[in-house]
Amino acid sequence: MLETGLIIRALMRNKIGALLIALQIALTMTIIVNAIFMIQDRESQMLRSSGVDELNTFYLTNTIFGQDYNIQSALQTDLNTLRKMPGVVDAIQINAIPLSGGGWSSGVQTEAGEDKDSIGTAVYMVDDHAINALGLELIAGENFSATDIQWRKSGQSTWADKVIVTKALALSLFPDDWQSALGKTVFISQNQTIQIIGIVKQLQAPWNGWDGVERSMLVPFQMESKGSRLFIRTQPGQRDQLMPQIEKLLAESDKGRIIRRMRTMEETRERSYQRHNATNKILTTVVITLTIITGFGIVGLAIFSINRRTKQIGTRRALGATRWQIMRYFMMENLLISGVGIVIGCIGAVSLNMWLVKTFNLAPINIELILFGVISLLIVGQLAVLYPAKKASMISPAMATRTV
Amino acid sequence: MFTYYLRLAWISIIRHWGLSLVMICAIGLGIGAAMTTITVNYLMSANPIPHKSEQLFYVQLDSWDVNEPFDEGVNPPDQLTYTDSTNLMKAKKAFRQNVQAQAYGVIEPEDADLLPISVTARANSADFFAMFDVPFIYGLAWSEQSDLGKEQVMVLSKKINEQIFGGENSVGKTIKFDNNIFKIIGVIDYWQPKPRFYDISTGAFSESEDVFVPFSLIAEEKIRRSGNTNCWKPSGDGMAAFLAGECIWTQFWVELKSEQDRQDYMTFLNAYVEEQKQYGRFERPLNNRLSNVMEWLERQEVVADDARMMMAMSLMFLTVCLLNTIGLLLAKFLGKAPEIGLRQALGASKATLFSQYIIESACIGLAGGILGLGLSFLGLIGIENLYGEYMQGLATLDITMMTFAVVLALVCTVIAGLYPTWRACNISPAQQLKSQ
Repeated sequence: MLETGLIIRALMRNKIGALLIALQIALTMTIIVNAIFMIQDRESQMLRSSGVDELNTFYLTNTIFGQDYNIQSALQTDLNTLRKMPGVVDAIQINAIPLSGGGWSSGVQTEAGEDKDSIGTAVYMVDDHAINALGLELIAGENFSATDIQWRKSGQSTWADKVIVTKALALSLFPDDWQSALGKTVFISQNQTIQIIGIVKQLQAPWNGWDGVERSMLVPFQMESKGSRLFIRTQPGQRDQLMPQIEKLLAESDKGRIIRRMRTMEETRERSYQRHNATNKILTTVVITLTIITGFGIVGLAIFSINRRTKQIGTRRALGATRWQIMRYFMMENLLISGVGIVIGCIGAVSLNMWLVKTFNLAPINIELILFGVISLLIVGQLAVLYPAKKASMISPAMATRTV
Repeated sequence: MFTYYLRLAWISIIRHWGLSLVMICAIGLGIGAAMTTITVNYLMSANPIPHKSEQLFYVQLDSWDVNEPFDEGVNPPDQLTYTDSTNLMKAKKAFRQNVQAQAYGVIEPEDADLLPISVTARANSADFFAMFDVPFIYGLAWSEQSDLGKEQVMVLSKKINEQIFGGENSVGKTIKFDNNIFKIIGVIDYWQPKPRFYDISTGAFSESEDVFVPFSLIAEEKIRRSGNTNCWKPSGDGMAAFLAGECIWTQFWVELKSEQDRQDYMTFLNAYVEEQKQYGRFERPLNNRLSNVMEWLERQEVVADDARMMMAMSLMFLTVCLLNTIGLLLAKFLGKAPEIGLRQALGASKATLFSQYIIESACIGLAGGILGLGLSFLGLIGIENLYGEYMQGLATLDITMMTFAVVLALVCTVIAGLYPTWRACNISPAQQLKSQ
């Protein structure tokens, strides 16, 4: 179009002004593309399932302080009482809670020996009710039997001889075929043997930021320890009603301990991802405000440049330019400036992302998102200039005859 | 003259109120966002013990697996084994030394009406209190003799003393802690270093402990330890085997008075490791470290990635807002070209015009700064609500930060105003007057 050349020549007379808007658009693009990218990254982490029936489960901490306390029989009594309660699906003692941030890990290896590579995995010490109580899905092999369960003393260094692993752990140990892990003997604590008797579909580790979060295993241990957790699954819809009942029941049945920190899995998830959630909300606010500021900046500058050119616009109208042509002129002008800004913005967005990848181990950005940034900023620019351009097109041809 | 320019600025701001509002809002938002994140970073990286942070050193020894070095060999392990920290304790080569670990337990109050209380505890040695300047309300710290004699003594936090004894002087009384009788020998005042530098491994911004007990009681199994335990070599069954094993779970601090002392202590550490090598331990090359408080906080990356990233983002945000302001000021001042031409023709010097327009920019900056200050208050409240416990106490504006906010806004806007003002002053009067 012939007009483009004209617009460029006009812009060159006020290079700095145009460059400022272009730079502003470029920086806005750099920030919002990366912010949206980080939001998406966190969203996808938060959407991962823990493998546990989160809606119907809760847990509490049992701290024993009484003297001459029979830990073994007290635990059996608790579990029997809980499992018989109407509304309770199942209950177990467990050493750590998925997503909670605190737990145990250990290294598992396919070859024995100090100098062999091992794979880190979360360890859950549970009994044969675990699959039911946690709500896991056994996809290969079998569950523990009651006779597999051993008592584990505090500070004990030997392991039980059977384990159930997650599919992700099986795949890490046997990268060619996770199903081949079933029945295999692997090594823990460098040279103790353990046999994989079952594989569950999913059970996350307690640490959501860990890159091995999907790797965990169930070990058939009941802990003879003064501090442990009881994990309880209820019938759908009965959790909230049962929680205070169970807390009261346990606290009153035995005076040699404290029942505390009762918490649902839903709350645990919320706490676990609280920082993710918070960061996402802040980033969203940044994206929105930044877009608004840039938009208003464009409006402000466009109104000013139009006010300054009132007389010229009047002259053009008097010489036969239609309203639409005037509007088109300003929209085209904005398109050109935005275009330059967006090109710089693309470079900026990729550079910022490269820095984030280097400094904070973020993933590289995808092209779709950059494209999204390009299109949305073009739209924002056009929308922002719409009102000033409309106003410009309303300038009467008679203005040409008046002095400023 | 100044008041006259202020009046002119006021008139100009009011006349173009829409434009002025956009500029003030933009600066306010930019300053608000920047100040919110700067404050969080500032508090996270604050020096928790400024008067002696250069004299307190965290000790690291590389006792790790020769086949699989700790942290891929970049940093030595972040804690010490029981063997090493007790050996260093015995050696007593520093002015003060402290071995510590986190612990927990249950206090059973004598008053039968009170429920048992589950408390967090710090198991430490006598020097802890003097090294870290812990303030006492009642009584005193325990002595080295109590450590060596494995005496069951306890120092309470203000909070626990209030909970159990109603805040009165409880020194000399006893307390039942995990079925053992402890004698209370001191009560400390509210003490919450931020960051909680003395033990980063259990959370740099966690609350300080409820009670303090001698570290030597852990080996006696009178105290249950908690915190992080990391082992590279399996140890045998039982407490004795665990203590003798290659598990790291203790932290060791020393207080050294001078650079010479620091060098001497480093020489001592290296000699110690060389000696241990003879027993088949420390198979890795020498990799010991002494870090003072600020070095240690930096190494442990106490300032969260989230916070740093947000600060980078918000500074870019502020830049956008400033670009916006430059553009708008430019448009505004150039729009006044005829007026400027007229004033020049009537004898106004460039310097006069310059100060007039810089004052106008500064007024906008001041308004933006005040708005920004308000927004950063809101922003910090928001951050505290969103992040919960994690940001507790990290989201407060002190007077330094408040002044900084307003100054930042002023400086930024004046700088933003420089170019537009310069352009405005260089308008040729003849041309402007001709077109009138």
